[in-house]
Amino acid sequence: MTIGVVVGEIYSTINHPFYDGRKLLVVDKRLPGRRSTGDYIIAVDTVGAGVGELVLILDEGNGARQVLESTDGPVRSVIVGIVDHVEPAS
Amino acid sequence: MLLGRVIGTVVPCVVYKGLAGTPLLIVQPLDKTGRPKGKALVAADATRMAGPGEMVYYEGGREAALALDPWFVPVDHAIVGIVDRVHLPAGRDAS
Repeated sequence: MTIGVVVGEIYSTINHPFYDGRKLLVVDKRLPGRRSTGDYIIAVDTVGAGVGELVLILDEGNGARQVLESTDGPVRSVIVGIVDHVEPAS
Repeated sequence: MLLGRVIGTVVPCVVYKGLAGTPLLIVQPLDKTGRPKGKALVAADATRMAGPGEMVYYEGGREAALALDPWFVPVDHAIVGIVDRVHLPAGRDAS
C-alpha cells in the first residue's frame, strides 16, 4: 500500500460496466513527509475520500477485487483509508 | 489506472484466437494534467468505443485481461473508460 493526496476527480460516461457508478479519484503519490513522488494513480474510492485528503491506496488486484466484492472486475487500485497523520520514526 | 491519449490504431493480421476482433490502440501515457509522459504502448480497448485523439484511462497488468471477453487472453494493458473531464481543483483541468 502507499499513501497519497487526492488531487482530482475523473468524469467518464463510456466505461467498462464494472466502473458504472464508481467514483474515480486522481491521487498524487506522496512520501511520508508529504513530498510528492511525481507519480499519480487513478483509484476507485471506497471510503468517501475527497480532494485534499491524505489517503491509503491499495494497488493489488486480488485485494482490490475483494474490497469491491467482485470476482472478475478489471480493477487493481482502490482507496481503502483516510489518513489522519503519519508519524515518522524519530 | 493511468490516463492516456489514443494516438493510433494497430491493425493485426494474425492474433492469438481469443484476441480476434479486439481493437488494439496505441496509447500515449499522460501525467495527471494531460501532458505526455513515458513511452507509448499498445492497449486492448475494452470499451470498444475509443478512437484516436481521445483521453482514456487504462489498467495494466493481470487485471487488464479481466476487462475483456474472453478474459483468458494475453493482454497487459486495457482501456476501461473514456474520460470526459479530469477535474483538478488546484490546477488546470484536462480533457
